[in-house]
Amino acid sequence: MNRMAIEVAGVHKSYGTQTVLDGIDLRVEAGSVFALLGPNGAGKTTLITILSTLVRPDAGTVTIAGHDLAADPDGIRRSISVTGQAAAVDGVLTGDENLRMMARLSGFTAPAAKRRASELIERFDLGPAARKRVATYSGGMRRRLDLALSLVATPPVIFLDEPTTGLDTRSRQTLWDIIQDLARRGTTILLTTQYLEEADQLADRIAVLDHGVIVAEGTAAELKAQVGGEVVELRDARGEVIRELPTDGSVEALRAAIDELDAFGTVDGTIGIRKPSLDDAFLALTGQPALTTPATQKEAVR
Amino acid sequence: MTALTVPVRPEHSVTPLTSAVVFVGRSIRHALRDVEALTMAIVLPVMLMLLFTFVFGGALDREGGYVQYVVPGIILLCAGFGASSTAVDVARDMSDGIVDRFRTMPLRSRGVVTGHVAASLLRNLLATGVVIGVALLVGFRPTADALQWAGALGVVALFILAITWLYAGIGLAAKSPTAASGYGFALLFLPYLSSAFVPTDTMPSWLQWVAENQPITPIIETIRALLFGRDPGSDLWWALGWCALIIAGAYVWAAWLFSRSAARR
Repeated sequence: MNRMAIEVAGVHKSYGTQTVLDGIDLRVEAGSVFALLGPNGAGKTTLITILSTLVRPDAGTVTIAGHDLAADPDGIRRSISVTGQAAAVDGVLTGDENLRMMARLSGFTAPAAKRRASELIERFDLGPAARKRVATYSGGMRRRLDLALSLVATPPVIFLDEPTTGLDTRSRQTLWDIIQDLARRGTTILLTTQYLEEADQLADRIAVLDHGVIVAEGTAAELKAQVGGEVVELRDARGEVIRELPTDGSVEALRAAIDELDAFGTVDGTIGIRKPSLDDAFLALTGQPALTTPATQKEAVR
Repeated sequence: MTALTVPVRPEHSVTPLTSAVVFVGRSIRHALRDVEALTMAIVLPVMLMLLFTFVFGGALDREGGYVQYVVPGIILLCAGFGASSTAVDVARDMSDGIVDRFRTMPLRSRGVVTGHVAASLLRNLLATGVVIGVALLVGFRPTADALQWAGALGVVALFILAITWLYAGIGLAAKSPTAASGYGFALLFLPYLSSAFVPTDTMPSWLQWVAENQPITPIIETIRALLFGRDPGSDLWWALGWCALIIAGAYVWAAWLFSRSAARR
């Protein structure tokens, strides 16, 4: 068995003149949690739709659990499950019916499907709502059901596309526990997120995706180190931060930072030095600030 | 928090038959829970039957014999209305994430469309039963034997399948459920331009040509002939040919649209 659960090489995808993915290379070790971190529009969802066989890439190769995307998409489909951004549940059916339908489609007999549905209902705390139509569920309940559907037949590789977007703090913590539990059982998990905290908490390795290119990859500690030894804060006369510059801590870099302060024409400016955070890494790599508070981002999923 | 049970994963992928059965069951549940559509499927036939018999019928045939003429037309009109909701159901599914989930599984995901078509067939056969029941109550007196009844119902079922597959294609081609509903509306006029409600020789000659050469007319004439124990003659072959052609064409069209809709995202 290959040690790599997911191998992606040179994947390109364009829609018309817009290049969404511009040469993606990724290797995800079997049994690890890998986070794709990036701002909105970076290409995270496009990459997930390609890996989950929904969309063919324009160029490049993808191998998942030993199956080649071009030659054997059904082999990949047998090895994965996907939880998308829009909760993929059937609103007309009840939670119980959704789970049983998915179990039947995964090869369970009708009685086995019924048992599996009850297990998952209990596991994901859906008991009181199991016999209600999903259309009446709250956003958090839909997300939990969506994840339960993905785990009906536990596959070796799971894709989670922004799994906690729109969830309240408690639901998010539950989901994190479930993800960590799955990882301990040897499932390979590839998740996308806009939240540093989530990547930091869950992932063994993180790749930062920006404008269709992976701009950095490594553990959280490696990414922080990549920014440099220190961050220089430039403040104006009123003490407000006007610029944060990552430096390697050398005198030359500090001097360059001071030159930059001069270039702003700031009179009576001050400088400060601090250790970099993952936020700084993200900012330095993508040119925009990361989202740090999941609860306030995006509109809640209905 | 209870622990997740040891991963269970059946070794084999499901057969197309199993997934088709699951999808048909899903669509039937959808149909039964869409109370408005189901009510329409039953109320509309009753209203049309009464309208054509008691409001228009007197003017079209003062002897009161119009009900003997119009029943096949109303069956087809109701089937058309009933089938049109398939376009909306399919379009709604395609705009939902659930179909994407099916596509990431090792199964024939376009069976989800087949499920809607099968549910439409059952719903519209029910509506046909209502039409015939009401017709019998208001004086319809067919003279067909059992075999001819079976033949007439078989042609109705084929027509329902044909028009439902067309609507399924429209649902896949439309960008939203609302658009699907709009495009589908045009098809509902076809029965009026046929021998469904008046004989074609009462129409101006150019319209007569259209009415006699469109698929609804031989289908109507076949059902009418069978219900009254007559030999439908060549109309039967035209009816079967049109239905087979439309089913095959619409099926291929729908399958193509289904695979294209994934590639276009």
